[in-house]
Amino acid sequence: MTAMITYSFLQHYWWIIISLLAGLLVFLMFVQGGQAIIFTLPENNDQKRMMINALGRKWEFTFTTLVTFGAATFASFPLFYSTSFGGAYWVWTAVLLSFIVQAIAYEYRSKPANVFGQKTYDIFLLVNGIAGPFLIGTAVGTFFTGADFSLNNMNNVKWGSGWHGLEAFTDPRNISLGLAVSLLSVTNGLLYLINTIDDPALFSRARKKMIIYSSCFLAAFLFFVTTLLLSDGLNFGRNDGRIVVEDFKYLHNFLQMPAILVIFLLGVVMVLTGIILAIFYRSRKGIWLTGPGTVITVFALFLIAAFNNTSFYPSLTNFRNSLTIHNASSSFFTLKVMMYVSFAIPAVFAYIWFAWKAINSKNITSAEMDKEDHLY
Amino acid sequence: MINNMDLSLVDWSRAQFALTAIYHWIFVPLTLGLSLIIAIMESIYVKTGNEEFKRMTKFWMTLFGINFALGVATGIILEFEFGTNWSSYSWFVGDIFGAPLAIEGIFAFFLESTFVAVMFFGWNKVSKKFHLASTWLVSIGANLSALWILVANGWMQNPVGMIFNPDTMRNEMVDFWAVLFNPSAIDKFTHTVFSGFLLGSVFVIGISSWFLLKKREPQLFRHSILISSIVGLVSSFLVAYTGDSSAKTMSKVQPVKFAAMEAHYYGKTNADLTAIGILKKSGSQIEDKEILDFAFRIKIPGFLSILTGGNTSTYVPGLYDLVLGPDSIKGIIPVFEKMNRGKFALNVLTDYKRGVMINDTQQVNLIRKEYFGNRDFMNEAFRYFGYGYLGKPSDAIPNVALSFYSFHVMVIIGGFLIALCILSLFFALRDSIEKHKWFIYISIISIPLTYLSSMAGWVLAEAGRQPWIIQDLMPVSRGVTQINTGSVIATFIIFAVLFTALLIAEISIMLKQIKNGPTPQEDKK
Repeated sequence: MTAMITYSFLQHYWWIIISLLAGLLVFLMFVQGGQAIIFTLPENNDQKRMMINALGRKWEFTFTTLVTFGAATFASFPLFYSTSFGGAYWVWTAVLLSFIVQAIAYEYRSKPANVFGQKTYDIFLLVNGIAGPFLIGTAVGTFFTGADFSLNNMNNVKWGSGWHGLEAFTDPRNISLGLAVSLLSVTNGLLYLINTIDDPALFSRARKKMIIYSSCFLAAFLFFVTTLLLSDGLNFGRNDGRIVVEDFKYLHNFLQMPAILVIFLLGVVMVLTGIILAIFYRSRKGIWLTGPGTVITVFALFLIAAFNNTSFYPSLTNFRNSLTIHNASSSFFTLKVMMYVSFAIPAVFAYIWFAWKAINSKNITSAEMDKEDHLY
Repeated sequence: MINNMDLSLVDWSRAQFALTAIYHWIFVPLTLGLSLIIAIMESIYVKTGNEEFKRMTKFWMTLFGINFALGVATGIILEFEFGTNWSSYSWFVGDIFGAPLAIEGIFAFFLESTFVAVMFFGWNKVSKKFHLASTWLVSIGANLSALWILVANGWMQNPVGMIFNPDTMRNEMVDFWAVLFNPSAIDKFTHTVFSGFLLGSVFVIGISSWFLLKKREPQLFRHSILISSIVGLVSSFLVAYTGDSSAKTMSKVQPVKFAAMEAHYYGKTNADLTAIGILKKSGSQIEDKEILDFAFRIKIPGFLSILTGGNTSTYVPGLYDLVLGPDSIKGIIPVFEKMNRGKFALNVLTDYKRGVMINDTQQVNLIRKEYFGNRDFMNEAFRYFGYGYLGKPSDAIPNVALSFYSFHVMVIIGGFLIALCILSLFFALRDSIEKHKWFIYISIISIPLTYLSSMAGWVLAEAGRQPWIIQDLMPVSRGVTQINTGSVIATFIIFAVLFTALLIAEISIMLKQIKNGPTPQEDKK
């Protein structure tokens, strides 16, 4: 076992953990997806109240996963953390701003004397619901399309564009991933609400909305995947460290790592099946397929971004500064310590599942809202 | 060199981080303290079945929830600001600093966020014992999260358990346990958490006193005061004890900061501790830094020596000695000498990087063997690496007046709070709080005073360690992200406006909830 734990093994292991966290984050952004439609989905205040309370009981999971994703990246790939966060300043700041307003909106919106009025807090939820997934998706797009940075001999970042990350919005591939993540979040949000709230009228409206959102999601996702498979990428030599452009790099990655291709296709099929079940078979259980499908699809995309000697953060200014899991990672010792820490993650999942089931054993109804004494 | 840096960028970046940290710290200590008190109240409810304690728990839990949300919101900004505004620092220390943050996320944040949902929404959905366990787990999660971030902060005050890797240009962890059990980290954690318990207790005592003044729910709030007085009294003594331990550690690992907080300029044995003092300019200087003298001072003779070494014969070096000498005093290497060593270390590193760049294997191997593989060089020169960036010795002196006043405000209010908790417990046990109106008013006023003390402690911790972002290794100016100052000014303004608006909303909601009081007794839930 100890002989197996090489530096390269740990670097791959930690990228797998990061990829898993990314998958979970995108799935848990169903909360943001639900927020994006709080003004358009419910027909009346009763439905809106149920909807916001159904989402509000889960917002902290998304938030905590985002924080843990950031912290795990800092711990395992600090050069990425310092380069991307320091350079793409405005994109990450915008993400943070959208999450700050979400954190307080649930708790404050229905409280008396909240100064700004309920509508303001609902707008905060809407802003986070639209901007959060879109910005994160667009930022992740640069894992494939690259960013305008260089590093000096102290590994300090210099960003080439004065827009500090906002220039990512000029690349249609980044935009399409941002849109795909946003629209998938709304689709997942609709599926979650269908599964959680016991209200036939809301169910019916959610199904109709889902046809539109899931179709748009598919269009954006197909555009992104097609352009990705046709794109070149950066390949680094494991022996000489040379970084060269490789045509169809991501297509090659799928073909050279068929297990990841299978995971990716399985994820896509699960996402589509969940949507089809909800739309055509009026099933309430679609989220149980689409949710895990989202996790493993994103997981596979992250793996092809970095495995097979691929640069997961290409530098458009200087190829030699591009980041790989080998040159951006923490030391062997730190990755090893963190690996032992990560063994506790299944226990964390177990108690989350246990607690989630305990308070979600019954669907949310209008009657329950009348009885509940902690309402959003 | 510091002189070559864009100081306005450094200052704005510092201002933004300070702004976020200060706002964050408004909410965190109350979360730490109130979560414990709520857990105790609910334990009594589950044990006795007395509905009054359930109402009590729910009332304080509502205030906890209002406070918690903004604490979470400001916390995420702090974590990501390490990357956005301090990216050079993030790379330099990420191998060590990132690990505690990740552990915090995996172990503490998920625990807190999972069970806080059960705590708020589970009253009618889970059993009494499951709910109680959830409340305790929220409290444990909150305090665990404090542990890991303070381990990281303790490492910045006293970097241990790592070596510098010249190839990656960063510090790399070699001893996780040394990082975890770093004396500075232990002191930081215990002092901070106990101060949070104390603040939570004073908050409950103060709010409960207001209810007694208004003659509302006297029985419920008398019991609230009794519980929080016990927690507060125990915590206040622990705060004092850990504060003392913290000062002792500081005198060893951050002697300049220690001297600054006492405005102690000239080293001596039998050094006096200033209990209360007002500073004035003395007219003399250490290079460009004014030496401050006392316009007014109440001192405790010999106590600074006792605090530092346990007896009056302990020599306590002053700022003058630490910065300029004399070097005849054993064990003190003045800053100017550390600068020489730091500059030498920097030159060696520059030669090494040049060798790597031009592929001069012979030079690289030679430097590696003679310097980076040489324990004497690493201990005698490289450990002062950061001093090589200083322009002049006095750059190592923090703002003395700010350090001095923040320390003394913290200690004076801390002493007052011990007295408050003793009196509060005394009156609560005699069931006579309402008879002492003066005490009720003092209890209410104590709430902002406790926040002031808590803030002052952090001002001392962070402003007192300037110019270092990592003690002796990296000055603040070297850790900053090189972006245009305008972007940082813009985000500073955005955050300042947003945080202030949200704080106003929080205070307004909190006051309204307090005014509304606990749910009526006929509540049958």
